Amino acid sequence: MKKKIVMVGNGMAGVSCIEQMLKLAPNRYEITIFGSEPHPNYNRILLSSVLAGDADMKDIVINDWSWYEENHITLYTGHTVNKIDTERKLVRTDGGVSVPYDELIIATGSLPFMLPLPGADKEGVIAFRDIKDCETMIEAAKKYKKAVVIGGGLLGLEAARGLLNLNMEVSVVHINEYLMNLQLDRTASLLLQQELERQGMKFLLKKNSESILGKKRVTGLRFTDGSEIETDLVVMAVGIRPNIALAKSSGIEINRGIVVNDLLETNVPNIYSVGECAEHRGVAYGLVAPLYEQGGVLAKRLAGIETAGYQGSVVSTKLKVSGVDVFSAGEYADKPDTRAVRVQDDFEGIYKKVVIRDGKVIGAVLFGDISDGSRLFAMIRNGEDVTGKEKTVLLGEGGGKAKSGLDLVASMSDDEIVCGCNGVSKGAIVQAVQEKGCSSINEIKACTKASASCGGCKPLVADVLTYVLGADGVKTVKEGICGCTTLGRDEVVEAIRGMRLTTSKEVMNVLEWSNTEGCSKCRPALNYYLAMVWPEEHEDERESRFVNERNHANIQKDGTYSVVPRMYGGVTTPKDLKKIAEIAEKYEVPLVKVTGGQRIDLLGVKKEDLPGMWADLDMPSGYAYGKTLRTVKTCVGSTFCRFGTQDAIGMGIQLEKKFERLGTPAKVKMAVSGCPRNCAEATIKDFGVVAIDGGWELHVGGNGGTKLRGTDLLCKVKTEEEVLEWSGAYLQYYRETGKYNERTAEWVERVGLDTIKVALESKEDRTALIERIEKALDLMKDPWKEIIEQQELRKTFVPMEEQSAESILK
Amino acid sequence: MKRIHVGNISEIAEKRSRVVRIGALEIAVFKFSGGTVRAIENRCPHKAGKLSEGIVCDHHVFCPLHDWKINLHDGVVQAPDEGCVTAFQVEVDESGDMYLHIEEESIRAS
Repeated sequence: MKKKIVMVGNGMAGVSCIEQMLKLAPNRYEITIFGSEPHPNYNRILLSSVLAGDADMKDIVINDWSWYEENHITLYTGHTVNKIDTERKLVRTDGGVSVPYDELIIATGSLPFMLPLPGADKEGVIAFRDIKDCETMIEAAKKYKKAVVIGGGLLGLEAARGLLNLNMEVSVVHINEYLMNLQLDRTASLLLQQELERQGMKFLLKKNSESILGKKRVTGLRFTDGSEIETDLVVMAVGIRPNIALAKSSGIEINRGIVVNDLLETNVPNIYSVGECAEHRGVAYGLVAPLYEQGGVLAKRLAGIETAGYQGSVVSTKLKVSGVDVFSAGEYADKPDTRAVRVQDDFEGIYKKVVIRDGKVIGAVLFGDISDGSRLFAMIRNGEDVTGKEKTVLLGEGGGKAKSGLDLVASMSDDEIVCGCNGVSKGAIVQAVQEKGCSSINEIKACTKASASCGGCKPLVADVLTYVLGADGVKTVKEGICGCTTLGRDEVVEAIRGMRLTTSKEVMNVLEWSNTEGCSKCRPALNYYLAMVWPEEHEDERESRFVNERNHANIQKDGTYSVVPRMYGGVTTPKDLKKIAEIAEKYEVPLVKVTGGQRIDLLGVKKEDLPGMWADLDMPSGYAYGKTLRTVKTCVGSTFCRFGTQDAIGMGIQLEKKFERLGTPAKVKMAVSGCPRNCAEATIKDFGVVAIDGGWELHVGGNGGTKLRGTDLLCKVKTEEEVLEWSGAYLQYYRETGKYNERTAEWVERVGLDTIKVALESKEDRTALIERIEKALDLMKDPWKEIIEQQELRKTFVPMEEQSAESILK
Repeated sequence: MKRIHVGNISEIAEKRSRVVRIGALEIAVFKFSGGTVRAIENRCPHKAGKLSEGIVCDHHVFCPLHDWKINLHDGVVQAPDEGCVTAFQVEVDESGDMYLHIEEESIRAS
């Protein structure tokens, strides 16, 4: 008998908790969810986008009906739970359904706070909280002209922007003198007001609403100072309050919200609460990030996994109104014990303020340019000490550098190629700037494809831009990990860790990706970051893998594949060679080639032949296609060579067997040379080992490909055990800090060799890194075997259907 | 116009594609998140890449060879690249069986 979990509420916080729990303990519970709305779980944050016309209702669904089905969750939509019988452990709904529970989660969210004004029950007076409210506004806009939004906070302004988009005349009524007074300081608030007035919003500030006028439908609004305004629609957006009626009537302890401890437990055994309805250490949150964090903790608790509990969250606010960038986080108001760094540029409409107390960043307000938001937010959350470098927090490490590339660009002819991958000439880029108005690298990329593939020509593209437009003419846009986001690698990984995000879909939802399902750049990257952060919880997303890694073979230009079996350290046997030769004949392989990494490549294999070939080979995959350890190249070493000082082959085989199959940000090549003659060319590998008399040199960050770079010496060690220890720690540090697709050669230059040395210096730190890499290694299986054994995977290698022309046309 | 049974919707995973060979034609049948099915010729207009192997994002696929982005509703290549892939009508009945509608000429033509 499975235990029964019942969840009251079908919103973002609760369902996210269930999602996380299913990953940790898939078959532990029988799950029932009750939702009052007639929809599956959707992203309430994106309602503003629906209203603004940027998204459809169907675009904002997080989990569709089929998700509930696949996970065997019984879902009652349009049912409101109105009784919890804590004695008999039952819940009852207004629809007469009654369900027993072993564990009960209350995730009833919050209700819009409706001002108790005379006339508030008239037609045309609504809140802005759910899909129905959105639909009402869209309908009203078809028939009526004037709208009033009561509330100049985040929600009110987003509703007002949506109504403007629906071509209504919008006035915003706000009780305070300053808009968003709970999130912004006065300067930012005034800048915001100016910008929104420019967009066509009208403001009635310091106004108290008294009554709503009209007969059946609203016709106007009267204020306490006697003034009135005509309107056909009133949207109340003055705040939300935790939805606690059910908990209250069931005898659960409440304050402003449902009181929970660090494990999200209420005072009644087996009843928990997460989301906007819960109050933790006196705070009920109304933003999504903390609710995901709470969900993560409760998921662990219910899955029976140790958890430190929920510790509360620092929150940040972003206004989702197009053309207005506002960000605030932490404590932004000036107090006697705080000091601030401010930047204000009236010409650009930019205002930034960072508040500091005792050397730590405690809050920030940004207006007009919020690109620093995530970085500052991370500082606030981590309580980073910035003593002595307070100014660099906002102003960065200094301005522009000398542009020697400009002379180069000036001397180039128009037909000279700037982007070698996509064949884009200098002339084509100049034309895109002059005729199509491109003024940033991203615009050039979208318009001409220059720098869209390997990115190596990016600096040159930037120089061409500067050459045409002058240094002040180039827009520097903060580059995200791809075109779907402005967030960089560190911000994304920080969010994955901090908010316990475990699927790409969650990441894209929570971090507000501009494409709902991402693109070919971010999907594989997110899949890597998630696996790196949560090796045990994350389930590999095959649909986010590039074709080579999904099919475990390299795709060739004609759609056939190549197969490279493992050949540890480049050493093989006559028996294995015979087997490879026979299989090459059996499958009529058109080309057999020896690779640069000392193994054999069988090229031109049909996709449907791959599983059969792997089964016949019965060798592990050489991963010649993966972002992982490819091969360990070795020289003969002391085994046969008259100069060899150490067993290079043995060392290489050990390294390859130890780290094969490990997921890394980009491909990793290794080599071991048995003496300083370095015949295995270890000094142009990601990790190279060179034997010296009585020990080994460890070299890092080399590359013999795209951009030739010799390695840096990391250190010298004495024993083979130490080689394995240092290589493991180094690889894990690269895994945890590298950008997806960034080879160690670029990574060492970006992070700095000294940083890497410091990170690996102490035995303790190395041991911790190795523990983490071992965890990831333990979970790896040979992919060829896996596909051969699993019918479900194997069938994807053959066509779904094949019919000859004759059979159809007879 | 021929109506050809090509398998059941359950045989394709979401955000993935399966290949169907009809005479001389190779067609990629895609299933979006949420279960919508679309079919286009399995051949990128750029360098004949197998679109069935591309990464599927909402109703687009990125060609695995050079990252061209193609709208799966109509087969139109997205800017800055240009071109078009033939799209075929797919019909799904109650039991999830899928049928492609294909002109006879294109089956014969090779």
